[in-house]
Amino acid sequence: MAEPIIALRNVTKTFPGGVKAVDDVSFDIDQNEFFALLGPSGCGKTTLLRMISGLETPTSGQIIIGGEDMALTPPNKRPTNMVFQSYAVFPHMTVADNVAYGLKVTGVPTEETKRRVAEALDMVKLTHLAARKPDQMSGGQRQRVALARALVKRPKVLLLDEPLSALDAKLRDEMRLELTRLQENVGITFIIVTHDQDEALSMASRIAVMDKGAVQQIATPSELYEQPTSRFIADFIGKVNLINATVVSSTPKKLVCDARGLGRIELPHDGRAAGDIAIAVRPEKLKITDTQPKAAKKISTEGKVRDVAYYGDTSHVVVRCKDDLELSVNVQNDSRVGGSGVERGQKVWIHWAPEDTLVLTE
Amino acid sequence: MDSWRGNLRVFWTLFTPGTFWLLIFFIIPLAWMFGISFSEKTSITETEFTGTLANYIRSFDAIYLQIIWKSIWISVLATVFCLLLAYPIAFGICFVPVRWKPLLLLLVILPFWINLLIRTYALIAVFRSQGYLNLVLGWVGLGPFEMLYNDGAVIMGLVYVYMPFMVLPLYATIERLDRSYLEASLDLGGSQFQTFWKVTLPLTMPGIITGIILVFIPCLGSFLTPDMLGGANAIMIGNVIERQFKSANDWPFGSALSFLLMYVTFAALALRAYLAARSKGVDV
Repeated sequence: MAEPIIALRNVTKTFPGGVKAVDDVSFDIDQNEFFALLGPSGCGKTTLLRMISGLETPTSGQIIIGGEDMALTPPNKRPTNMVFQSYAVFPHMTVADNVAYGLKVTGVPTEETKRRVAEALDMVKLTHLAARKPDQMSGGQRQRVALARALVKRPKVLLLDEPLSALDAKLRDEMRLELTRLQENVGITFIIVTHDQDEALSMASRIAVMDKGAVQQIATPSELYEQPTSRFIADFIGKVNLINATVVSSTPKKLVCDARGLGRIELPHDGRAAGDIAIAVRPEKLKITDTQPKAAKKISTEGKVRDVAYYGDTSHVVVRCKDDLELSVNVQNDSRVGGSGVERGQKVWIHWAPEDTLVLTE
Repeated sequence: MDSWRGNLRVFWTLFTPGTFWLLIFFIIPLAWMFGISFSEKTSITETEFTGTLANYIRSFDAIYLQIIWKSIWISVLATVFCLLLAYPIAFGICFVPVRWKPLLLLLVILPFWINLLIRTYALIAVFRSQGYLNLVLGWVGLGPFEMLYNDGAVIMGLVYVYMPFMVLPLYATIERLDRSYLEASLDLGGSQFQTFWKVTLPLTMPGIITGIILVFIPCLGSFLTPDMLGGANAIMIGNVIERQFKSANDWPFGSALSFLLMYVTFAALALRAYLAARSKGVDV
């Protein structure tokens, strides 16, 4: 195992006025990872990114980049480069001058600068706009300039602060693919800050979910989605049906609990639990039938359809069950006629496999 | 927006007072002066329009060209000193904690609350040979120095009077400057020094140019400051013009000099427009 490119050790940032933006954060980021910092606004993810870049100094803790503690190193002495949320493309310089800036100020020879600028512009497909001023460009193009300007420096780590938030929906999808491709091509570590879970899930190889200045969970996208460790993460990543439950008995392999609207159910569960917990199940794991399901092993409940929202490929159905429990079900519209096959007011049965249920004790 | 332009009565109601004011108090006097500059004196109080160019030709006498030239370089120096002093002040005000900003801006404009004449007398009290500055310098065994009644005193006085006109536009531009440009420069490996010269300075150029215009033009036409702080030979073109209208009683010549001064001002504004067009992308 190669040593991590970035190692954070007990990093804390307290702003004047006493606000703790980042609270005792420690984790490693490996070489060539596409790493995402995900969380709601104000969770400290941008502050953490800015501390890695050197634009903020941590109140305490170590930021080890390439084996060297750089917590107090100024940004111009760090092997990291940033793509700003506003892009911060210099308005008084042409595209080529913008890209060349970082090389000129560090004394890279003119010939080499020219060659590297041309390469970088080619990489982001902006060669034909090299002589333009930024005010004559679209947001997407400006972002490419910002990318080229950072990548031309050949940093060990590229930092991206909400890179897609200012783009319109279609461009965002394009750019998302392009960023992943770019990361594979240049083979350097990307750290992206985003509040958009779709962005993080679709691009990143690993995600750190942050809330209130602390890291809640670090995992691959599928682990985060299928095995969240807390209510917050289950709720934050994707849609989920959260159901309150009380533990009746718990053995190392099995958990029996009374769940709201479902009665007494048995779930497979590693480890023990007690008291009030939450069980969670993703909408696409639920199945709707007209009659009571025969399979005894399933968890099932009866209810009435309250809402059907049609999304083309899927329909989102909300079913009200016993104890006012509302469950969301995603139905695949896999036949051209009939859509989801259910209507508002209809009585239906919902069932799912116990192993698709998550037990959340936090 | 188009509704008030469509409504003629509203349009004229809003339009008339300003137009009236400009016409009565600016355009007509200016046109009248323009006429006088082509006139000849016929008696102590009368002038007659003859279309003569004599007043303008007289303005190009070596002595007046010298004074115009001197007025220009004194104004240039005063403007440069204003800029050098005001830039750090404006920068400082932008970067102090928010609660200090109103107070500091108030301190910048506070001198406007006191009459210029009184402020100039105060300057004299501070800088004259038995003044407060020489008194303090005397305590440490220096001086007394002759600081008044020379070109240096005029420049110092102009810098003092016009400093706020430099600080305020600079403050407005620096305040609007997106900090992420500076951060991007640092992030890309630029030192603080390089960031200032290559990013901060070009991006605040609009404020610098506005400040220069706002200071240079009134400096060029000033007469009170050189009159009170300058020595016998420290006169500027403003003093010459004033003398034509008062003691010399030569209105035609005074008008001609005034218009020449105005053309110099136009040249400065044209230079600004040229610079603005050249630095396209940064709106000036």
